[in-house]
Amino acid sequence: MLSGVSPVFVEARHLGKQVSTREGVLTLLNDINFTINVGTSVAILGASGSGKTTLLGLLAGLDVPTQGEVMIDNHNLNDFDEDGRASLRAEMVGFVFQNFQLLQGLTALENVMLPLELAQAPHPRKTTEQLLNRVGLGERIHHYPNQLSGGEQQRCAIARAFSTQPRCLFADEPTGNLDSETGKRIIDLLFELNAEQGTTLIMATHDAQLSQLCEQRLHLDAGQLVINDLSASTADASHD
Amino acid sequence: MTKARSDNGIFFLWQNSWRMLWRDWRGGELNILAIGLVIAVTSITAVGFFTDRIERGLKLQSAELIGADLVITSGMPSVNNYIEDVRAYGFQVATTLQFRSIALANQQTQLVEVKAVSETYPLRGVLRISDTPFGDDQVTTDTPASGDVWVEARLLQLLKLEIGDTLRLGASTFTLRKVLRFEPDRGGDLFSVAPRVLMNRADVNATGLIGVGALVSYRVLISGVREDIEHYRQAINHRLRKGEQILSVEEGRPELNVALQRAQQFLGLAALISVLLAGVAVATVAYRFASRHLDTSAMLRCLGASQTTIIRLFAMEMLWLALLASTLGCLLGVLTQFVITELLDQLVIAKLPPPSFKAVLLGYVTGIVMLTGFALPPLLSLRRVPPLRVLRKDVAVRSVSGWFVYLGVVVCMSLLLYWQIGDLELVGTVLGGIMMSLVMLAVAAYLLIRVLNRLRGRVGVAWRFGLANISRRPVSSIIQIVAFGLGIMVLLLLSVVRSDLLDNWQGSLPPDAPNYFVINVQPDQVEGVTEYFKQRGVVNTRLYPMVRARLVEVNGKPARTSDYDNQRAKHMITREFNLSWAENMQIDNTLASGSWWSRKDFGKPLLSLESRLSKTLGLHLNDVISFEVNGTVIDFTLTNLRDVDWDTFNINFFTVVPPGVLESYPANWVTSVYLNAEQRQQLGQLVSEFPNVTLIDVDVIMQRVRGIMDRVSLAVEFIFLFTLMAGLAVLYAAIQSSQDERRFENAVLRTLGASRKTLMLGLFAEFSLLGALSGLLAGLSATLLAWLLAVTVFKFEYSVDFTVVLIGVLSGTIIVVLAGLLGTRSVLSLPPIQSLREGQA
Repeated sequence: MLSGVSPVFVEARHLGKQVSTREGVLTLLNDINFTINVGTSVAILGASGSGKTTLLGLLAGLDVPTQGEVMIDNHNLNDFDEDGRASLRAEMVGFVFQNFQLLQGLTALENVMLPLELAQAPHPRKTTEQLLNRVGLGERIHHYPNQLSGGEQQRCAIARAFSTQPRCLFADEPTGNLDSETGKRIIDLLFELNAEQGTTLIMATHDAQLSQLCEQRLHLDAGQLVINDLSASTADASHD
Repeated sequence: MTKARSDNGIFFLWQNSWRMLWRDWRGGELNILAIGLVIAVTSITAVGFFTDRIERGLKLQSAELIGADLVITSGMPSVNNYIEDVRAYGFQVATTLQFRSIALANQQTQLVEVKAVSETYPLRGVLRISDTPFGDDQVTTDTPASGDVWVEARLLQLLKLEIGDTLRLGASTFTLRKVLRFEPDRGGDLFSVAPRVLMNRADVNATGLIGVGALVSYRVLISGVREDIEHYRQAINHRLRKGEQILSVEEGRPELNVALQRAQQFLGLAALISVLLAGVAVATVAYRFASRHLDTSAMLRCLGASQTTIIRLFAMEMLWLALLASTLGCLLGVLTQFVITELLDQLVIAKLPPPSFKAVLLGYVTGIVMLTGFALPPLLSLRRVPPLRVLRKDVAVRSVSGWFVYLGVVVCMSLLLYWQIGDLELVGTVLGGIMMSLVMLAVAAYLLIRVLNRLRGRVGVAWRFGLANISRRPVSSIIQIVAFGLGIMVLLLLSVVRSDLLDNWQGSLPPDAPNYFVINVQPDQVEGVTEYFKQRGVVNTRLYPMVRARLVEVNGKPARTSDYDNQRAKHMITREFNLSWAENMQIDNTLASGSWWSRKDFGKPLLSLESRLSKTLGLHLNDVISFEVNGTVIDFTLTNLRDVDWDTFNINFFTVVPPGVLESYPANWVTSVYLNAEQRQQLGQLVSEFPNVTLIDVDVIMQRVRGIMDRVSLAVEFIFLFTLMAGLAVLYAAIQSSQDERRFENAVLRTLGASRKTLMLGLFAEFSLLGALSGLLAGLSATLLAWLLAVTVFKFEYSVDFTVVLIGVLSGTIIVVLAGLLGTRSVLSLPPIQSLREGQA
């Protein structure tokens, strides 16, 4: 069930990211190496400024590294330009963000339908409606984001993330903007859908408890990967 | 306390506001604000400079424009009766008489405007002459000696003459002695199609050109001490006989001034619209500016700055910006007004005084009022930022209702404009008209947006996104559509529609519409002139008699100008009527009411009147209208009203009577004919045979009028370019104010896998729809306006041309798409992660 059995889906090789500032070059990530197997749930942990979001962005191809490379499903992201990476994302990647990142001008239905349309999937509306029902927003499909509560917005964002049945889901502090009760329900939903679709889940979080639900934990400190913890979590174990 | 006091110290404010200005400028926050201001200040100062120059020029020359302090003018020589009277008052006197005639030299003829002057002419201003057409001119106090004429250089060229050659006028031959370079009371050369010939008053009779009933303008020029002149003016005011008119410095402005005033008003209007649009751009950007400075303000408050300090800092920053932008605007305004003056060059013959500083003041006041008025309301909200915002970004700031302030600004702008145009009614009408049109355009834009939004479910993702962008920011979209539509509409109206109107009008004239008026034909020449034309293949030449008459009474009551409010009515009462007689009504006239006379009515004093004039003068069928004809008063009964089509260029009369009434009075005859090129060349023979007959070339007049219209509208168009620029500034402002949102949305779309092409298509969809909507509204409203103008003002059938709408849609789309994509290109180039980190706007 664990890494030894499944093939590798994501691999970081000597990954580094530097930015130039007026004071000189600032290193955000330095020589990061790890692999993530298909279907694994992974937590990227670390304090603020440790490089969690930067790493997530590089893995998802939202940004380009200054050193090293990212392989997703045997594709080297460095071989793609921005449009190529976008098309790769459309094909196999979903996102859930701390700020939900829904488009304010579009209804819940249109927001969720967006990735399907971009991937030119057949019958996008039907799939979308099913998904919105699944996340409990069936009655609110024509509502705009500002008419939904924080939890509802995140449900909508999760529905959007899963709409294309991605092989990999990236989540950046998905409960950061929610109260603990709502956050717990959102996490349950996320893991349920993840299990249903067999998705690889990569989540940046500073919540140690949440990270215990994951099968693999990457601890970052000042841009360095300090621990790559592949031991099954207690929470996970208790589920088993 | 000490800190608070030092915070508000002038040095602190000075230094920190400059620093803030510099930082904001570097950060690109102030571009649109500055551009909006510069556009507004440039257009208003350009127009201000020009208007001011014209006004001062006219004031300086107003006395010279009539060549005297007071002028009595009339079509009758009896005006000279005032001379003795005037001399008795101790005033200086000069007399002139003017008429059109044909000059003959080198076997060629030319229509000229003859002016015969007494030796004391002019009383104000000077004549300038030269010995060669383009040589140095000099001031002279002389007038042409008997037997000499001074002529405009143009005549020398037209007739291939040189100084010293001779020229025939009627029965006399004159020697060309000098080139006339400037004549004070010539006014503008607006309608003077014929070159001037200046001659001695004593030589007029010998020419035989002043036959009975000839169209001559007699003038008595008077000058003296201002108060005495004013006193005399009041004294003779009620003694004036019909047809006599007083011209004083104020009233003596020639038609040119009316044209220039109109041009000024149009330019002022264009400037007003640009200022309002630029104001919208400034307000839009100011909101974004304020919202981006919420954190700065919160931080400043946390650090102990008082509300007053914050507001003073921002106000001072804005003041610097207003001063800098106004300076640039004023400089550009000076350059622009030179362009306008150049464009109107042909209209303005007199030299204009250099630009004064009045317009500079206007520019700075506009800049400061605009920035404080439009940008202050959002900035005021910065004062209320709670320091807590430093900890929690979602702490709301109570927004300011800017409507009252904006209303104040509109009032301020109107006052500024009133200062400039000086016509409160016009400013009010224009402002009201603009507001109403804006509301109508806004409603139309809103409805179009609603309709488009319904299509959202039926289009692809990029177009849906574009549509969603338009409909989710409805206020911003409406402002953009209206602002931009207004700019396009005005330009469409001035370019495409104007030439359409002219073509339509000219198209309504038949190809053989008369191109020559033949006037001043004496009764014994009627047969000869008819025969002359017949021999040259111009058949059916009908000459019409006309007898000069003055309206004296209506239904037994004396006709006075004070009885009428209407300017046209006042004018018609004082001018001389030309009474004609005819058996049958002219074919291009139609009977509006009453009945035409039959043979048995011949010899009875009946009257037929043009219907519009009857309305102007408030006359009805069966009214008794008394005219004085050559000293005799005849009471006419109004028996019918006629509608006359004046555009045919046929000879037509306001007043016609039956045959057998006026034959015994001195009359002269007129006609209009169409002459082809060959027939035109033979006109010299007509003039040799009948020297007193005057020919007026309508083609030349038409071309001249058209030329003037072209120039005036070119100048107005030029200023309206600023309106278009202001429209673009609004578009840019709107794009800039939505930039953060767009950056974020594009990042989300990119994250979800949208390609650059899809994003571009989305933006293209949004901007092309915005542009097409503005263009559509612009085209439709320009067409509607053109139709209204044609029907109500120009009175002809206007065939509505929908290519105008098409041009509107195309140009709107192209301009907005280009400007929009240019304005948002930075959004597309950012990596998605950067935008996502900044979070939702």
